Amino acid sequence: MDTIFALASARGKAGVAVIRISGPKTAETIKGLCGDLPVPRKASVRKLWHRGAFLDEALVLVFEAGKSFTGESSAELHVHGGVATINAVNAALADTPGLRMAEAGEFTRRALENGRLDLTQVEGLADVIDAETEAQRRQALAVLSGSLGDKVKRWREGLLRSQALIAATIDFSDEEIPDNLLSEVKQLVSTVRLSLIAELQGAAAAERIRDGFEVAIVGAPNVGKSTLLNALAGREAAITSEIAGTTRDVIEVRMDISGLAVTLLDTAGLRETEDRIEKIGVDRALRRAQAADLRVFLQQSDEVLPLLPSKGDLLVRAKADLGTPQGLAVSGATGAGVAELVQAIGDVLVGRVAGSSLAIRQRHKTAISSAEKLLELALDGLSASAPIEMVAADISGAVAALEVLIGRVGVEDLLGEIFSRFCIGK
Amino acid sequence: MFHVKHFDVIIVGGGHAGAEAAAAAARMGASAALITLKSASIGVMSCNPAIGGLGKGHLVREIDAMDGIMGRAADQAGIQFRLLNRRKGPAVQGPRTQADRKVYKASIQKMLADQQNLSVIEGEVIALSIEGDRIAGVQLADGTSLGAASVIITAGTFLNGLIHIGNDRKSGGRVGDLPSLKLAAQLGEICVGVGRLKTGTPPRLDGKTIQWDRVGRQPGDDVPALFSFMNKTPFLRQIDCGVTHTNERTHDIIRKNLHLSAMYGGHIEGIGPRYCPSIEDKVVRFADKTSHQIFLEPEGLDDDTVYPNGISSSLPVDVQEAYVRSIEGLEQVKILQPAYAIEYDFFDPRGLLQTLMSRSLKGLYLAGQINGTTGYEEAAAQGMVAGLNAAAFARGDDSIIFSRTDSYIGVMLDDLINQGVTEPYRMFTSRAEFRLTLRADNADQRLTPLGIALGCVGDLRQNAFAEKMEAIEQGLGLFGGHKFSPAELQNVGIAVNPDGGRRTLLQLLSIPGVTREQVDALAPAVAAINPEVRTQIENDALYAQYQNRQQNEIDAIKREEETLIPKDLIYKGLPGLSGELATKLEKRRPETLAQAGKIEGMTPAAMVLILVHTKRAKRAANG
Repeated sequence: MDTIFALASARGKAGVAVIRISGPKTAETIKGLCGDLPVPRKASVRKLWHRGAFLDEALVLVFEAGKSFTGESSAELHVHGGVATINAVNAALADTPGLRMAEAGEFTRRALENGRLDLTQVEGLADVIDAETEAQRRQALAVLSGSLGDKVKRWREGLLRSQALIAATIDFSDEEIPDNLLSEVKQLVSTVRLSLIAELQGAAAAERIRDGFEVAIVGAPNVGKSTLLNALAGREAAITSEIAGTTRDVIEVRMDISGLAVTLLDTAGLRETEDRIEKIGVDRALRRAQAADLRVFLQQSDEVLPLLPSKGDLLVRAKADLGTPQGLAVSGATGAGVAELVQAIGDVLVGRVAGSSLAIRQRHKTAISSAEKLLELALDGLSASAPIEMVAADISGAVAALEVLIGRVGVEDLLGEIFSRFCIGK
Repeated sequence: MFHVKHFDVIIVGGGHAGAEAAAAAARMGASAALITLKSASIGVMSCNPAIGGLGKGHLVREIDAMDGIMGRAADQAGIQFRLLNRRKGPAVQGPRTQADRKVYKASIQKMLADQQNLSVIEGEVIALSIEGDRIAGVQLADGTSLGAASVIITAGTFLNGLIHIGNDRKSGGRVGDLPSLKLAAQLGEICVGVGRLKTGTPPRLDGKTIQWDRVGRQPGDDVPALFSFMNKTPFLRQIDCGVTHTNERTHDIIRKNLHLSAMYGGHIEGIGPRYCPSIEDKVVRFADKTSHQIFLEPEGLDDDTVYPNGISSSLPVDVQEAYVRSIEGLEQVKILQPAYAIEYDFFDPRGLLQTLMSRSLKGLYLAGQINGTTGYEEAAAQGMVAGLNAAAFARGDDSIIFSRTDSYIGVMLDDLINQGVTEPYRMFTSRAEFRLTLRADNADQRLTPLGIALGCVGDLRQNAFAEKMEAIEQGLGLFGGHKFSPAELQNVGIAVNPDGGRRTLLQLLSIPGVTREQVDALAPAVAAINPEVRTQIENDALYAQYQNRQQNEIDAIKREEETLIPKDLIYKGLPGLSGELATKLEKRRPETLAQAGKIEGMTPAAMVLILVHTKRAKRAANG
């Protein structure tokens, strides 16, 4: 039985995230992270370490087999809810031998198999599992239609081809099969592996650069964007004045909203302008605002902007201190409505990461990482002239690990590839 | 009501599926009757004169492990044994032999004649007798009625068989014969989903007219590997096969006459296997290849017929003659029997349970080509499964289940009943995801204990198996008993990390490049182990790491396979289950959670729901 783990909480506003671990290796894993095994069913504060790196200070709860949600030996890590912390703990768990991320519904299924749930509880959970499954499917689709899509397609092609070539040498060895196929296999596997490594490095870099969400404040000149930003940030991050067009460059302020890392962008007021420098600022504002995860449209009345709100963007009435507006309204000057705006931004972003899109991104990373390790084994095997069926098993393992990205590669796919390339049969 | 003779199991058809089914049912202690049109044709090899190969050899070993008959007959008839993939690892090695057709047939017939509880009846089955929701027996053309608790249909090609040679067509089975039409129609009503497949054969050549000095030679192995765990050495004189090749002239003749081929003339609607193309196919699809290999396989020691493996065709006879004679060594050859393509019907195997019992009629089993498979070995393996289960069903015993995790037989059954077939199904090692553990060399360790528990394994084999297992046990003691330090290992030339821990000999065996000599130098006692036993231990140790890696997966599959879904579970209206999935589940009615998981569009939530209802039904039954 594998030991599984997953983020069990949606990203909470309290800034605490719960990561659940279940299965035979739980105690060993907890000991590895905390240095000792806390007393069961008693909340204990522990510093979590992995391979010499400090991860977080967490509340650790250990449950013995028979006394947990799943019925198995299990544990909960209550860590600080930031994306970076969760990712670090997840990565450490994924790196622990014998542990893997849980599939959708897997905790529930284990609980059920161990007689820990009744029918009504399960029926209630079915919706949750469906939502998880749907979130994973959507995330996979997003990956496949995004820039990773072409790479993923090449991984599949390369691995399928290398598997087919090996299958040809094994299952059709009494046919006229060229004997130089293994050097082609080596080439194919090596190419895919290098691409996986590049992807892993790229993913890590991307996370460091942009660890969280961008929220752009947009609006006409002098509508009070910078005043709002300063109110949000609680410090004078942007120069404010009554002169329209004061903000020329994009000003970034990083803050924590609902436990998520958020970069707020104050942008130049959007207007037609003859001023060359202001024009550059407006163009830049437009570009950054379009690329941001969420836009807050600050409008005093119904002024028309060169940028239209996308679905889910927030519309906010500006300078609330100067009138009696309806709906979401703020005044950077008095601070009225700022807390509500923060709440609204948090709600939208938490909504977007609900389900487990970030965890799923972690899932993809884990898949790529384990596939890469297996392909390395396969290449070692090819170099050492290990029995070819072992190399095949390593590649199959990599294909299985990547299934979430490249889709299932079945025997029929292999046979199709073999028969299209070789003249086989008597 | 006049007296009706009654059997536990009736087997219809005497091909490879029928013969193995009859033997298996009788070994189980069931009274069995094999009904065939012509008892002299039982066990006939209608296509190529060879048994085994990659994947197929595994199936034969598994049949043998259950004390079946195919492996022993192949050994008795074997005239050229070759262990395929001998230079690769043991997991992908497959035993194969050229078989003397006459001897093979005679061996099968002798084993069936010697089998207790089994009668062979010559006759023609024209209808099934049905009582309520289960089978009751069969009716013969001569008016006889026979009663049976289970009936196994293995009548492969009789279903609308149609033979093509160029533009000529003739019925291959017994089409147009009214009584058999009635049985076909009756089966068609019971088994939903009829498909059409095709296959082909090459022309048979007169070996006396082949210039053997002008073709290459392919000898058998120096040390032959036999099929049966009970046999060590061949029974017959061993011979070579010939090897020759097509050439550009051959291909020209085929290209010029392509329009005359039944295949290319559009006469054939059945789907052929991709791995067994006709020579027309090869020439068209691989136009840049200037030559294709042909094996000249003698059909017997005292038979001059030669089977030219690699040139099946549906061209007219005169064109066949022309292209065959363009081949080196065959310039003067006489064709004894022309090549032909044959089309036939099969029933969608998704209509079967994993015991090969029809989902539509209790006690009716289907095995062999009728289920869309090709090959003697695939047929025989299904026959055995049907025979064992038909006997168990007749007695009211539990079903006998083969799993993907324990055998190639299980892989095949699982593929057939869940995926169905789109081309004639043939076994390959690539189909077995756990092929490192499902090896031809350990088929007995995997299945003989099951056979012994079922009572279908004779005393002779039981004793031999017990002895072998004891020897392995002792050998393992020697291999695992002592741990050697890195320094000791380096002394005999095994390069290991000097800081690493101590290792047993067993652990050393999974390090590539460690030789028997090095192992013997460390532990001289090991050299005294019986070489066969030692090989077995080495094979297991070689893949130990992979087996450990796959063990969780194997366990997970087993758990799902062993979770039986209640037969009467109503999916429609289950809270939380989509209407679409409920419809699919009602239609497929999976027997196990594993089968449910293979249904297209299945979701984790639905699996959990099915599981909870399964558990609840079980609790209700127990409580």
